[in-house]
Amino acid sequence: MADDIATLRRILRTSRTIAVVGLSAEWHRPSYFAAKYMQEHRYRIVPVNPRYDEILGERCHATLATIEIPIDIVDVFRRTEDVMPVAEQAIAVGAKCLWQQIGVKNEAAAALAARAGLDVVMDRCVKIEHARLFGGLNWAGVNTGVISARRPV
Amino acid sequence: MADHRFQPETLAIHAGQIPDAATGARALPIYQTTSFVFDSADHAASLFNLQTFGNVYSRLSNPTVAVLEERVAALEGGRAALASASGMAAEAMALLTLLQQGDHVVAAGALYGGSVSMLAVNLAKLGIETTFVDAASVDSFAAAMRPSTRAVFAESLGNPSLHVLDIAAVAAVAHAHGVPLVVDNTVPSPFLCNPIRFGADIVVHSATKYLGGHGTTLAGVMVESGRFPWDNGKFPGMTEPSKGYHGVKFFETFGDFGFTMRARMETLRVYGAALAPTSAWQVLQGIETLPLRMERHCANALAVARFLAAHPRVGWVNYPGLPEHPDHDLVARQMRPVNGTPGASGLLAFGVKGGLAAGVRFIEAAQLMSHLANIGDTRTLVIHPASTTHRQLDEAQQQAAGVAQDMVRISVGLEHVDDVLWDIDQALAASTA
Repeated sequence: MADDIATLRRILRTSRTIAVVGLSAEWHRPSYFAAKYMQEHRYRIVPVNPRYDEILGERCHATLATIEIPIDIVDVFRRTEDVMPVAEQAIAVGAKCLWQQIGVKNEAAAALAARAGLDVVMDRCVKIEHARLFGGLNWAGVNTGVISARRPV
Repeated sequence: MADHRFQPETLAIHAGQIPDAATGARALPIYQTTSFVFDSADHAASLFNLQTFGNVYSRLSNPTVAVLEERVAALEGGRAALASASGMAAEAMALLTLLQQGDHVVAAGALYGGSVSMLAVNLAKLGIETTFVDAASVDSFAAAMRPSTRAVFAESLGNPSLHVLDIAAVAAVAHAHGVPLVVDNTVPSPFLCNPIRFGADIVVHSATKYLGGHGTTLAGVMVESGRFPWDNGKFPGMTEPSKGYHGVKFFETFGDFGFTMRARMETLRVYGAALAPTSAWQVLQGIETLPLRMERHCANALAVARFLAAHPRVGWVNYPGLPEHPDHDLVARQMRPVNGTPGASGLLAFGVKGGLAAGVRFIEAAQLMSHLANIGDTRTLVIHPASTTHRQLDEAQQQAAGVAQDMVRISVGLEHVDDVLWDIDQALAASTA
């Protein structure tokens, strides 16, 4: 389980494409907040939700299987009990990281992905972690845990 | 590999501030600006929608003030913090975010006078009722809880009563009723006590006192633990779309720092009690030496307490760091040891033999000790509450507030302890002359 600053930094720094499973098109939903933020920070967002055709200017896919481009992070906004099929698909399409959002905690799915060689993150928000480790969250008075004598990079 | 856990002495210097991204400045720059430019209309929209983190206007957030917020959050072991113009403002930000008309508060009696006024007068005007209870009795907190209770408020170390709160026991009472415990942790400072460790949900500070430490700058900070279950049905303001901030659901969107975000966007933004960047910078200069200063405050205060306890012109001494203090076991459990003994901060009270008149003469005879109404300065401060801060109260009200006629309160400073003892001794001689 990736839980330390160095590993989370590496995942976010080396990733460029994020498939957001369960992304909502409603502007005030947390998944939309997170995806819009990541898009603004130069990540390619690929929405995965059978209910929509397009979100945030990107074509929406019903499942991970139909995405034509390589996926770095599969970011999961689904109920904990619904994560296992997503983990299986993430492995099948060759994703590099299975990321379960805050409140999503499927240990078995995380273990399966880890055995397949994926990085696994659980119960964390991709947006909050990006802002925590690369700047921004500190402006909101949040305790980032980042202690460093080097300029942020 | 797990992240290294840094100690409070390190957090006091580093937490919240890494070298400036733009310039490489090692010390904290003062961002003396009211406003921040938007990169584009879309960036502006994202900022106003809270979809991206950033600065808009210094009444909401400011990069210098944010360093103070993160540093105090880190020192308290909390998730997030919100700074404001004074300790009273920090308390107001916490309570006005938490409470609405018809809500009820259970508060410790004998609080700092400003806190009593806020609860008994100002919040009462808004239709929020407070029941004051005996801070020494956990049962009295439990007995005062009502279905409409939405907060329990107390001081970790009472000023000027020096009562020590059993934080874990009172937190358990609050949590059994599904409401947060709000603790004013000003007197111990986060170096000596972290109420969140014992179950507190929100901590407030007058950073004017030990955090700043030099008697120069007003500031306050509210800290959120990140552990309170705001979705328990009692706090619709945390879970329903915000009327004050275009429909954002603060708990769903920001999770364990949702209360701080709501306090910032709904309360601080509207009431405007923002902290000046220069003030945040000055308080942060103080915080860098907080651990060193608190160790000396504790050592000096313990020496003063022992001196007073043995002095023939002194009737009684109240210092929680003395082993004979009734709350000494709680001090040992809740507060950081200093020189092998529980650190009880720098505040103590004692009775001058001869009552009110002798108390007044003691104050007037002080040469080194400053007669003023503050605590937590490098200088030793002294006050006779019955003739100053509490003089508008009759004797019965003074008793209820923990103020005896002969009581002198000392905030022991960082001077050489022998010089402080000399001044106390000569002033005591003058008080009964």
